[in-house]
Parts: sequence; C-alpha cells; structure tokens
Amino acid sequence: MKCYRCSKHATLHITEIIKSVPHELHLCEDCAQQYLKNPDSQSEEGAFKPSGTSGDKPLDELDKLLCPTCGMSFREFRNQGRLGCAHCYLAFQEELYPLLENIHGETRHCGKTPKRAPIASQKQTDLIRLRNELKQAVAAESYEQAARLRDQIQTVEAELQAEASQAT
Amino acid sequence: MDLDHLVNTIGEWLRGSGPESDIVMSSRIRLARNLAQFPFLSRADDATRGEIATVLKKGVTQLSKGLGAPLNYLNVDDLEGLDRQFLVERQLISRELSDSHGSRGVGFSDQERVSLMVNEEDHLRIQVLRSGFDLDSCWEEISHIDDLLQEQMNFAFNEEWGYLTACPTNVGTGIRVSVMLHLPALVLTKEIQKVFQALQKISLAVRGLYGEGSQAMGDFYQISNQVTLGKSEDQLLKNLKDVVPNIIAYERKVRNAMIKENRRSLHDQVSRAYGILKTAQTISSEETMHLLSSVRMGVNVGLIDDLQIPAVNELFLQTQPAHLQKLRKATLESAERNVSRAAYLRQKLAGHGGVSEN
Ligand SMILES: [Zn+2]
Ligand SMILES: [Zn+2]
Repeated sequence: MKCYRCSKHATLHITEIIKSVPHELHLCEDCAQQYLKNPDSQSEEGAFKPSGTSGDKPLDELDKLLCPTCGMSFREFRNQGRLGCAHCYLAFQEELYPLLENIHGETRHCGKTPKRAPIASQKQTDLIRLRNELKQAVAAESYEQAARLRDQIQTVEAELQAEASQAT
Repeated sequence: MDLDHLVNTIGEWLRGSGPESDIVMSSRIRLARNLAQFPFLSRADDATRGEIATVLKKGVTQLSKGLGAPLNYLNVDDLEGLDRQFLVERQLISRELSDSHGSRGVGFSDQERVSLMVNEEDHLRIQVLRSGFDLDSCWEEISHIDDLLQEQMNFAFNEEWGYLTACPTNVGTGIRVSVMLHLPALVLTKEIQKVFQALQKISLAVRGLYGEGSQAMGDFYQISNQVTLGKSEDQLLKNLKDVVPNIIAYERKVRNAMIKENRRSLHDQVSRAYGILKTAQTISSEETMHLLSSVRMGVNVGLIDDLQIPAVNELFLQTQPAHLQKLRKATLESAERNVSRAAYLRQKLAGHGGVSEN
C-alpha cells in the first residue's frame, strides 16, 4: 500500500480519530511523523461532519425532515454537524442511529443519570418551540405576534419555576 | 475581576505536585451539559444566548456557595483579545470559546482547578484539571459539581441517549477524560509511533499540544477517550487508568536506556538546550518549547540539578505570547515578543549554576 501523501510505501495505518467517523490514513514513516506532530485539525475537538449518513436519500427529502421543536432540518445538521435542540435526537432518531453506532459502537446510554426525575419535560420542549417561533416572528417583523409569544414564554417559565420549587 | 494579578501565578495543576508528575503534566475531565428549556446554540439567537448566559451565571454564583469556594465569573464577550488568549493559554477557556461570538462566559476557582465555560459548543462545559495522574480525584470533584448544579437546573437528558449534546460525538455521558503526558524520550527515539498505534486500537485519541502557529509543542501529548455513549464514566476512566501507566513505564524505560547507553550525547543535548535558554537574545515560542522539553527531561533524569520541575512548568506557561505581553504590560509584535521572551528566560534562569558535572 502506498502513502497517501507522498506515495512511498505506507508502513503506518492511522485511523483518523478526531471526533469523526473512523477514517483510515495510510502513511510512510516520514509522513506519519509529520502527521503526528501536526495533524490537520488544530482544534481540540476537531471538526465533526456527519458524512456518509443517509447518503442514499435525495437532498430535498433531507430538507423536508424537520425537527418540529426547533425547526432544524436534517440537511442543516448534516452540513454543520450540530443539532438544534434536545428534541432533534427524537425527530432524527432513525437517521441518527447508524451515526451513533458508527461513532460510539453503541446506541444506548449507560452512565450517570440525573438524581431526580426531570420535571415537566413537555413544558421545556414547549419553551424551545416558542422561542423558535419568537425568533421567526421577530425576523418577519410581526411584532404583535412576537409580544404574544413573549407573554406565553413568561407564563410557561413561571409554571415551570412553580413546579420546580414544589419539587424541592 | 482584574486578570493582571494572575500573570505572576500558575494554576495549581501546573505545580508538579500530583502523582507521576515527572511524566504526567495534568489530568483533566470535562462534562458537556445543556439546559433543558433552551435550544442548542446553533439555533439560539443573540437574545436566547443572553438568557442562557444569565441563567448559567446565576448557577455559577449559587455553585460557589455550595462548594464553599469562590468562583470568579468573567463575561468573555467583554474581554479584549489579549485577555481571551491569556485565558486560553492557562487552559481556563477553550480556543473555541475565545473565538466564538455573543454572550458567553467562564467561571473559575482561585486555584484554577475548576472552570465552567458558558455558551461554548454546549450551554455548559465543566472542567476539572489536576496536577499529575489523578483521574479519580478529578471525577469525584466534577461529579459533585454536576450534582450541585442539577439541584438548581434541569439538563437535557433522555433515558436512551443520556445527556444530550449539540454534537452527537459527545452524547451520553458527555465526558472527555484526558491526560497530558510529557514524552520526550519516546519522541526522540521514535518509539512514540508504537504508542499511537496501540492507542488507536482501543479507541483513545491522541493529540499534540499546540503553541503559537501550528507547531507541535514541547513533546506534550494529550490522550483522551473518544467514545461517550454506551460506557459508564467509570469504564471510560478505567480505560485511561489501565493504559497510561504502561506509557509512563515505557517512557521511563527509554529514558533509562538512553542514560545507560548514550549518557554523553543526552547530557550534551540537555546542556545545549539549557545553555541556549540562558543566553539567547531572541527566541521563538516553538524553539522555547522544544528546548524547555529537553531541560524538563534533564531535570527529571538528574542531568540538571539546580532547577525544579514547577519552575520549568512555569516557564512553559509564562513564555506564551499573551502571558509575555501581560508581563511586559505592552502589545508586542512577534519579533518583539521573541526578544522579550529571551530576556525573560535569561532573567528567570540567571543564577542557576548550570548543568551538573556528574
Ligand atoms: Zn509519505
Ligand atoms: Zn430540534
């Protein structure tokens, strides 16, 4: 096998390991030395692009796949590698499974859990959705609607706070 | 809070007091968390970012009381570039937080062992840093902080996927466990490549540490877990706790072999490095790191006997660009920094007799 940088004989086979779906690099000793000293990605977490997932689906279908809570499309996620809200995990569940499997080799959490049950998760999802609607209303200069949404957000927040103080 | 008084100090984690700190510079754990009632940052406009920052700033203040230790809070968006760079060099904030935009902040303890980044990639990134190889203490402390925060706020969590993060590579535990190793002998003998190969096989990531520009710096390598989902925090810690002692032993073995077989040439290399640092008139950040690495090893193997590890660690930090400029209280261009760095090193190392004669 040849080194992918200089075409000498590759003696080192490195799996690209910076927060990415595993990606094989084949390098000769000199290039490997160079690579290890100075990998392409400088940021600690590296750049993550969920390439290769749902690749068989046409793009307009990925556009239509939306998170109902925050409005992010799966295509947007594919482009930037960041999800829009906690609810995206549910909305894109089917598409995310192979990705999670690829990254972690597992798809089920096993570790620390919150000590108390999360309260009123529906209200929290509502808040994210309302904030998204508010953002859109402001962008569309629909100020009456924006004011109405702000009131709604305040009401839900107050309800959440009341429940939280009851719970403790 | 005024950052200037930090300039002449170093964080506790740099004091070289922890286990195996001749080779393990530091242990670090960070947790990624998001508030349940807000969208992740990619869907948050400026107003929402501001609200998140307000909630978390309050959270940090409360946490301070719970911990019985003061946490300093800084609005990172109010800081000048030099101050942000200064915090990056001290590892109190990430480069990403420094370069980002909008409302964001950091809370950190006086010893600089704990830091909480607000509005980085996730709403909250908690970090605990300790000197030497001490992952259990890091975990104990960070898990306690996480518990205290969860008394005040709900983090996005789901039974199936655990703590939900902006990037699916962090979902589940949201944990990154890492150890910073100083491996000059393995680098010198190129044995380091075997280490890299072994680590990849068990899905641990290795990264060099970077200084100015993109040059590898001082033979420091950070080893951390890649997987965050499907394994418990204990298992992920154990992975590193099992592997790192082998790397430490390997580095020691190679150092001993070099002393035994090539004592003269090693002594020569270390002495020249020390000599240049004590006498140079202009020196780049990269060259400084490179030479300090030799000196650090020289101290550890007994070829230099008039210098202590904490002093060397301090030089690694204080010769970084933002630190130099804060020390000199002036904005310096690269060429000026090189002159200033050399002067600083000469002054710090003056009065040190030199390399031992044995
Ligand atoms: Zn090559
Ligand atoms: Zn969403």
